[in-house]
Amino acid sequence: MLHIPLWKRIVIWGLCALGLLTALPNAFYTRAERHNDAVVAAERAGFEAPEQAADRALWPDWLPSSVVNLGLDLRGGAHLLAEVQVADVYKARMDALWPEMRRALAEARGEIGGIRRAPSDPSELRIQIEKPEAMAKAVEIANGLASPVVTLTGVGQNDIEATAEGNQLIVRLSEAERAATDDRTLKQSLEIIRRRVDEVGTREPTIQRQGQDRILIQVPGIGSATELKELIGTTAQLTFHPVVGRGTDGSAIAKPGTVIVPSIDEDEAGVFYTLDEVPVVTGEDLVDARPDFDQNGRPAVSFRFNPTGARKFGDYTAANIGQLFAIVLDNEVISAPRIQSHIPGGSGIITGNFTVESSTNLAVLLRAGALPAKMTFLEERTIGPELGQDSIDAGRIAAIIGLVGVVFFMIASYGLFGVFATAALGTNIAMLFGILSTIGATLTLPGIAGIVLTIGMAVDANVLVFERIREEMKTAKGPARAIELGYEKAMSAIIDANITTFITALILFFLGSGPVKGFAVTLVVGLVTSVFTAIFVTRLLVVTWFDRKRPKTITV
Amino acid sequence: MAFRLKLVPETTNIDFFRWASVTFGGSMALVVVAVIVTLLMGLNFGIDFKGGTTIRTESTQAVDVGAYRQAVQPLGLGDVLISQVYDPTFGEDQHVAMLRIQAQEGDEAITPEVIASVEEALKSVDPSITFPSVESVGPKVSGELIWTAILSVLAGTLAIVVYIWLRFEWQFAVGAVVALIHDIALTIGIFAVFQLKFDLSIIAALLTILGYSINDTVVVFDRLRENLIKYKTRPLRDLCNLSANETLSRTVMTSGTTLLALIALLIFGGDVIRGFVFAMTWGVLVGTYSSIYVAKNVVLALGVKRDWTKQDDGPAGTQFAAGK
Repeated sequence: MLHIPLWKRIVIWGLCALGLLTALPNAFYTRAERHNDAVVAAERAGFEAPEQAADRALWPDWLPSSVVNLGLDLRGGAHLLAEVQVADVYKARMDALWPEMRRALAEARGEIGGIRRAPSDPSELRIQIEKPEAMAKAVEIANGLASPVVTLTGVGQNDIEATAEGNQLIVRLSEAERAATDDRTLKQSLEIIRRRVDEVGTREPTIQRQGQDRILIQVPGIGSATELKELIGTTAQLTFHPVVGRGTDGSAIAKPGTVIVPSIDEDEAGVFYTLDEVPVVTGEDLVDARPDFDQNGRPAVSFRFNPTGARKFGDYTAANIGQLFAIVLDNEVISAPRIQSHIPGGSGIITGNFTVESSTNLAVLLRAGALPAKMTFLEERTIGPELGQDSIDAGRIAAIIGLVGVVFFMIASYGLFGVFATAALGTNIAMLFGILSTIGATLTLPGIAGIVLTIGMAVDANVLVFERIREEMKTAKGPARAIELGYEKAMSAIIDANITTFITALILFFLGSGPVKGFAVTLVVGLVTSVFTAIFVTRLLVVTWFDRKRPKTITV
Repeated sequence: MAFRLKLVPETTNIDFFRWASVTFGGSMALVVVAVIVTLLMGLNFGIDFKGGTTIRTESTQAVDVGAYRQAVQPLGLGDVLISQVYDPTFGEDQHVAMLRIQAQEGDEAITPEVIASVEEALKSVDPSITFPSVESVGPKVSGELIWTAILSVLAGTLAIVVYIWLRFEWQFAVGAVVALIHDIALTIGIFAVFQLKFDLSIIAALLTILGYSINDTVVVFDRLRENLIKYKTRPLRDLCNLSANETLSRTVMTSGTTLLALIALLIFGGDVIRGFVFAMTWGVLVGTYSSIYVAKNVVLALGVKRDWTKQDDGPAGTQFAAGK
């Protein structure tokens, strides 16, 4: 009969209470959020400032404090989809391989004759061999430089492959090595982007790898996508080069072993430096960089090298006093000071046309390290915070109106049972928010639509049951039996109907991106809570009521 | 007996097949029309699928589309669509317009300079202008997004059909898929007719419609399955009608509450998600219609195996607690 065991009742009430409790912080969104921010800030800093303590006091510590994350379209912020030019790294690898290859081949000069590097695709190394008949030997030498790739899939493969084509020896990275390199490049890029974004300390940025060579970056609260790109977009490749010459002709052909690089110093507009191609030290040897001021009080960036870098830097400055030394950032000369004296200890200062802001940014970039490869941006979106707030307000009004309408409709149609369904609907919405907060889901604008839709559809399971009870009442087996049969027989329809919706929501989740994904999450959670409340909560309410009143007949 | 709002009388006995040539034939004809219209007129693809940039502007001054156009013209960006946006939720001095700039020839990625120059030009017309949202999608990504979108709708349909096939009979699965195609075609069709912006969120709406429409259809099917067991000798046509009549009250009730919530969102939800909500509202309407007038017709036409000897007959797993 209509009996629900006590433990089941306790579990159901317990889950409802838990839902309400976890949903509670969302009702006091700003307070709970300030509390959370203060806790995080204090944790990071290692101590708690008075204003953080004040913020923390806004929400009691013993209550759950997680709130639903608001998506970019609701909070405002920037979204970028970047593609990492993984092939850049191949070029760097090939360039680094060339001196080693040249030396190895030169040792066998007698057999293969003179060699020279031929122009080629950046991802390969083409070497012209004087005596093509000794090509087999050259290939053997080249392959001798290969080392095995250490990955799960690439077992037994070498990192480079040498092949012959006419009188040219072609060296490429092997498939396995390319895959491994790509993976490394992506991971490195992700890590560096994360560090750079974290430096500015915005709340909950999303930095994710997408597919083979893409990175999705979402930063709430940032002014625009352009700002975000400035923060992460530059490669920040810092190098120090000996200066060979200085001129104003940027189109001049550089001699072998040198490069012509423009100056970005405002006082030196139109000036180009001819630099030695090989840097003396690079940013990789940096251990620290921080915003600073030079002796004239102008913003500058001070830096410190690790021991290797410090030695190279010290040796070079000692040997080249009086010479120009160029500080190059991403192929532009920031400044080219004259070496006044030997600089031991490996620390120095970069001066140039900095503002306080740009020197801070540069320090951040240098500290985080250089991006291994360039990035192009395939998608960018900026959403202003006001627009998001407007959407939240509009969504809230619509949800309330929808809710009132549905409640009216249900009570008018099913009387007391409608009241039960309304109570269940309230629990449903609370649980929905509770779960979304707990799993750290992100609420997006379509997600709000998902909630409104859930309000509409949540009553469906109840409607199915109530209609069924009505029908069963006609066959007059008594109210208790009718209620029992109503639930029993409506179950298969409820399950089937919800599983199909669940399937589409799942597909939305896996194939959708951004806001659509948020919608899918809301839909799935909404389905689960609405089925739970309809099957368990409403039933418990109905049964409890029935036990108390024991009515001879019921009107649904 | 207490007062009860009754949208549908206690017992109905409607013959849903009576006007089948109009209801079923008509909607099939509409599907064909929708497909043709979509092919002829094309869809008004948003930047998600076509690439390009949309800029939303907001100003305290009235929007002068002509002046905006003149300001942007000299930049030579090709087609620039400018439209004013009206919404009941806007404040007194809130004037909003949308600019859509096509993807620039030969650019794989987005050029921030273009956006900056457009913003500059608009600022010269109206100094108080702000840009609450700027979105750019490169042609490379938009091409992929189209495929993902098509794939997700196909995958959704397929997954549902397989599920229905497993839980019911193959005839039901065919009926369901015809109903789903009907809903999707009519929804895409109306977007083509009114040239409404078709973007990624509409795909989300389409998938939701799939889920909703099948929800309705499944409830009718579930009842039909039950009735097929209960009345072993009554003609299928009668049983289809009986099942639809028995569930009619529920169908109307659920569609009613869902529509109520959606219409509230449509009116008060703001212009940003209006397209999405419109697709959903329309989808609920056609979805409800198709579960009453389309899905069953297909099942009736195909016929159903009737020689159930026991209620839990048939391949394992095709029956679920059908009244124990």
